Amino acid sequence: MVQVSMKLEMKDTPGQLVRALKPISDTGGNIIAVIHQRESLTRAEVIDVQVVIELPEKRLEELVARMNEQGVTVQRIGTERLIHKKSLILIGHIMHTDLTDTVDHIDTTGYAEVSELELIMPAIAEPSSARMMIKATNAEAMNKALEILRQVARKKDILVIESLEENG
Amino acid sequence: MKVALLGLGSVGQGIASMVLKKGLGITITGLADSKSGIIDAKGINIEEILVRKRGGNPAGDTSVSAMDVVQNADYDVLVEVTPTNISTGEPARTHITSALRKGRHVVTSNKGPIALHHRELLTLADTHHVSLRYEATVCGAIPIIHILEHGLLGNQVKALHGIMNGTCNFILTRMSEEGLSYEQALAEAREMGYAEADPSYDVKGIDPAIKLVILANAIWNLGVTLHEVEITGIDQITPEALRLAGEDDATIRLIAEAIPARQLLRVSPRILPRSHPLVVKGTLNAVTLETDMAGSLTFIGKGAGSIETASAIIGDILFIREQYDGCS
Repeated sequence: MVQVSMKLEMKDTPGQLVRALKPISDTGGNIIAVIHQRESLTRAEVIDVQVVIELPEKRLEELVARMNEQGVTVQRIGTERLIHKKSLILIGHIMHTDLTDTVDHIDTTGYAEVSELELIMPAIAEPSSARMMIKATNAEAMNKALEILRQVARKKDILVIESLEENG
Repeated sequence: MKVALLGLGSVGQGIASMVLKKGLGITITGLADSKSGIIDAKGINIEEILVRKRGGNPAGDTSVSAMDVVQNADYDVLVEVTPTNISTGEPARTHITSALRKGRHVVTSNKGPIALHHRELLTLADTHHVSLRYEATVCGAIPIIHILEHGLLGNQVKALHGIMNGTCNFILTRMSEEGLSYEQALAEAREMGYAEADPSYDVKGIDPAIKLVILANAIWNLGVTLHEVEITGIDQITPEALRLAGEDDATIRLIAEAIPARQLLRVSPRILPRSHPLVVKGTLNAVTLETDMAGSLTFIGKGAGSIETASAIIGDILFIREQYDGCS
C-alpha cells in the first residue's frame, strides 16, 4: 500500500464528487481525507478537490485512468511509500554502542527506516534516552523492523519502550 | 457467620477493625498472628485484641499456633491474610488446604498459594463443596474477580491490560510530573511507606507479574506460572525518557498485559497517550478488559491499603454467606 495525495479537478454538477471518488474503492483503495475548497473556485463550473488515499501501489495508474473516464482531471499526484509510523523510546548507552549501526539495521531493510531521532545525554557514563520514529511500508514490515530493533537492543543492553496502543 | 482470621498485620487489623465497627453479622471465633493464637467459639473481643496488638504485644496465647486455630476453632470461613511467600506459598498453602479439607470456605489476600497452586486449590475446594475466594490478591479494592466471574457472564474476555503495582505507578507519576530521577522518586515512595526497604519485588515488575498470573488463570484457566511472564521493570527508566514521551503528549507506565490468542503474558514499561484511561496517578491501580460484547471496560481504584484490602476480603466473606444458606 502507498499513501497518495491527489489534486483533482471536476465539473461542479450534482453527484460529480461521488462519481469521482467511486474508482478509489473500485481499485482497492481507502479514502483518508477529502478536502473540498469551494471558495477557491478559479473557473466557473469547475471545482478543485484534494484527496488523500491509501491504495495498492500497482493500481495507481488504473485509478487515474478510471477517474479520467468519469470526467475528472488528475492535476497532481504525490506518493509516500512509508506510511506506517511508530514512535519508540530507547534507554541505554545508545551512542557508545554504535548508534549508526543500530539505525543501519533498520535502514538497510528496504522496507523500513528511522525517520526521526532525538537523543538526550544527561552526563558522561550515564545512560542516555532517545525518541525514535520508525516508518515502514506496512504493518507487517513494521513488526519485522521492530523485531530487528529488539534483537539489536538486547545485544547492546538498550531498553526499548514501545507504545501500548499499536500493540493492543 | 463465624470467621477464623490468620494474620494480624495491616490487612488483618483492617478486617478486624471493620468487623468491630460495622458488625456485618461476622463473628471472629479464631485468630492468629505470627506468634500467638486465640480460639473462642462465642466470639473474640476484637477491641481488646487490637489494643494489645497496637501496643506491640502478641494478640493471644503464645502456646496456640495458626494451625491450632485452623484445626480446632469453630468457623465457617478461614480468612488467610498472612504475608506472601512467592517461592513456596507456605505456610498459607497448608492453612488453606487444611481448612478446605475440613469442608470450610477460604478467603485470602495471599498471592503466593493462589499464583502457585490455583488449579490444585480450586479443585480441592470443589471436591469438598466449598468456596475459595481471592479477590484481595489483585488490584486491592477493585472487585475485578467479581466482575470477571459475575458481571461479565456470557462475554469472552479477549485481552487484559492493567496497572497493578501502586509503588511503580507512584514512582513513574512523580518522575513524569516533577522531573525527579528514579532514585529520588523511589526515596520518596519509601518515605511515604509505599516502597519496602528492598523494593526489587515491586520495581523489577515481579509483583504485577504475579497478579497477572492470578488474573490470567482466573479468566482463562490457563494454568500459567510466573516463569511464563516476560518481565521488564521500571528501574532503568530515566527522567529524560519521560520528558521525550511528554513531547508527544504521552507518558510511560508499567503495564501488565495478557492476550491469550497471541500467547502473550508481559509486564513492561510502555508509552501511553496522557489521555489513555489506564494513565492513573499516584498509587492507583487500573484494569482494562477487552470483551466481545461489552467492548472495552476500565476499572480504577486503590490498589493497596489496610481498609481497601479489607473491603475485598469482607466482600468475599459476605458473598459466600449469600451463596451458601447453611452458614449463619
